[in-house]
Amino acid sequence: MTNTDMRPRLGAVALSPAPEGGADPAVVCAGLRKRYGEGATAVHALRGVDLTVQRGELLMLVGPSGCGKTTLISVMAGILDPTEGSCRILGQDMTALAPRPRAAFRARNIGFVFQAYNLNPALTAAENVSVPLRICGAPVREAMRKAEAALDMVGLGDKVESAPGDLSGGQQQRVAIARALVHEPQLIVCDEPTSALDHANGQRVMELLRRVGTVDGRALVIVTHDARIFDFADRIAELDDGRVTRVGTPGALAGAGHGATDPGPAPDGEDMPAVAPCAGPVDAAGGAMADAPHGGNGCRPSAARP
Amino acid sequence: MYQIALKMLLANRGKYLGMVLSLAFTSLIMTQQPAVFASILTRTYGLIDDIAIADIWVMDPQAQSVDESKAMPDTRLSLVRSVSGVEWAVPLHKGQLKARLPDGNTVGCGLIGVDDVSLIGAPGDMKSGSMADLRMSDAVVVDAEGAAKRLAVQVDGGMRPLAVGDGLEVNDHHAVVVGVANATPTFQSQPMLYTTYSRVKLFNKSERKLMSFVLVKAQKGQDHRRLAARIASETGLTALTADDFRARTLRHFIKRTAIIMHFGTTILMSFCIGAVVTGLMFHNFTQDALRHFGVLKAMGTDDRTLLLMILSQALLVAGTGFGIGVGMAMIMGNLPGDPMGMRLSPTILLVGGGAVLSITLVSAALSIRQVLRLEPAIVFKQ
Ligand SMILES: Nc1ncnc2c1ncn2[C@@H]1O[C@H](COP(=O)(O)OP(=O)(O)O)[C@@H](O)[C@H]1O
Ligand SMILES: [Mg+2]
Repeated sequence: MTNTDMRPRLGAVALSPAPEGGADPAVVCAGLRKRYGEGATAVHALRGVDLTVQRGELLMLVGPSGCGKTTLISVMAGILDPTEGSCRILGQDMTALAPRPRAAFRARNIGFVFQAYNLNPALTAAENVSVPLRICGAPVREAMRKAEAALDMVGLGDKVESAPGDLSGGQQQRVAIARALVHEPQLIVCDEPTSALDHANGQRVMELLRRVGTVDGRALVIVTHDARIFDFADRIAELDDGRVTRVGTPGALAGAGHGATDPGPAPDGEDMPAVAPCAGPVDAAGGAMADAPHGGNGCRPSAARP
Repeated sequence: MYQIALKMLLANRGKYLGMVLSLAFTSLIMTQQPAVFASILTRTYGLIDDIAIADIWVMDPQAQSVDESKAMPDTRLSLVRSVSGVEWAVPLHKGQLKARLPDGNTVGCGLIGVDDVSLIGAPGDMKSGSMADLRMSDAVVVDAEGAAKRLAVQVDGGMRPLAVGDGLEVNDHHAVVVGVANATPTFQSQPMLYTTYSRVKLFNKSERKLMSFVLVKAQKGQDHRRLAARIASETGLTALTADDFRARTLRHFIKRTAIIMHFGTTILMSFCIGAVVTGLMFHNFTQDALRHFGVLKAMGTDDRTLLLMILSQALLVAGTGFGIGVGMAMIMGNLPGDPMGMRLSPTILLVGGGAVLSITLVSAALSIRQVLRLEPAIVFKQ
């Protein structure tokens, strides 16, 4: 990769440019189903998910362990193919892309943050941050300059040369955030970004994500079951047993219910009153809960059904 | 991205060193052993190379190689000379004898008896003295290595090489050293004595047959193979061009000894050990780094780049390992006195390099398969 163009070559398939502005959603999932394995041992991780993430929005995916959060965010990041349904990311239908242009699309448009940081121990902090730019073909020196600027932005300007192993967990996650942002992607996906951190560091990481993650129409999707960070979300989508059971503002989901407003955009009529049998007291209060289009009994174990 | 790949490799210092050392070991064995082997092989036909002036070698049909000749009566010489197309033909004796040194020690030596007139068959490169002095009475020439080692003379205060003017006793005959020659060392690394054919007869009075070979020069324009065939059919002897004789000597040597087996087993074993150790370590290294390859994959690195990254890692390992191995082989080959006797030819380096490269390419291919099969979605698995 030696071309000076920061954008990756996209191979044979020409991509329609991702539309700018708030009107076009960042991610549109429709009728997503995902089945792992075949026959009797098949696991239905997603059972028909319709979900839209707007540009400039911070959406959290929450729900019990095994309900399909990681599967859903993997599909939304273009690294996993659904068994059925479609997922448009920044206007691009992922299933229509061959592996190579799809990889190039991810390199250009998506930033990743992981629970386990996933920094490369062989590289310095700055080198780690420069990786997405290098994948896009940026010259090393330019990539390093931008990486150092990104580290500065997350408050780690003095750790440029540090090895990941010499940094605290919170610092490592901030390096990972710098890495997710350095190539200015339009969508950032985070899987449990605060689970490995203590409360103070978790708050700090979320403040950082909130501050830089949704500027310029950038969308941020965070999988979490850390209730302490729910308030950072614009909207929260609750998953259970492979279905979205509720979508709403943090306030609504927290059970305050009455008068809770949903500042998040409400596309596709998702913000409808909910009827979710297994949901908590919020539903009983009849708050501003969102209806899951395929809402059903979320209490049954997911692996037991066809 | 290659820089990242190489940093990943170098950061795993233990595995990197392990792979480099195992390939260095393999490279060393795979170049040093064939080099020693090649050197031994050239020694088996050293005499044929030394007497390059002879186009055709004529010998008793039972002769197998340059080392295993069967003496013929002198009358065969005139038979060969009478074949048309022969420019000249001279006798050559190749045999053994025991020489008693001035200090009383007896040493087994090889003996070459060359044509009295032309001295064809005597080494041309003299360290001291003169080959022409062979025409003086009782004269012998010794080879330099033999003179310095096995034929060294004991004096008060140590050993000194046998030198011009020293006397020897050969089969109860007195002989005088008139020269020391630089000859190609023989396989047996026996000291060699050179003298005239008629003096050989003097040294071996009881022997009737002393002519081991007839050396033939073809007339200008004669096809050597065809002339050799003609000599053979007209004399009933075996006649071979120098090239054919060299090949026959080599074949005989290889057939008679298990040398190919010995070297072959060593080389094959070092290849297998190198392949297994390197392959396993490289596989392990990739396994360790699999998560990071998965992260790169998720972040949009395409398969081609991943493939080239792993290839660059493999090539760095191969290059360093081969470099160190060949470096060590070269140091061994250039030790003072060349105790190993090595011939590190470009072919050997090429074949050794090819073997090391094939090991690393196969290892890389296995790792590449691992990485290409990797689901990028594993990055979200804890
Ligand atoms: N690669 C896989 N193969 C088989 N089953 C899987 C795989 N990945 C996830 N699952 C199953 O799919 C369901 C949803 O998993 P996941 O998306 O990881 O849930 P969450 O992130 O909410 O814990 C679980 O039952 C899980 O065991
Ligand atoms: Mg998960």
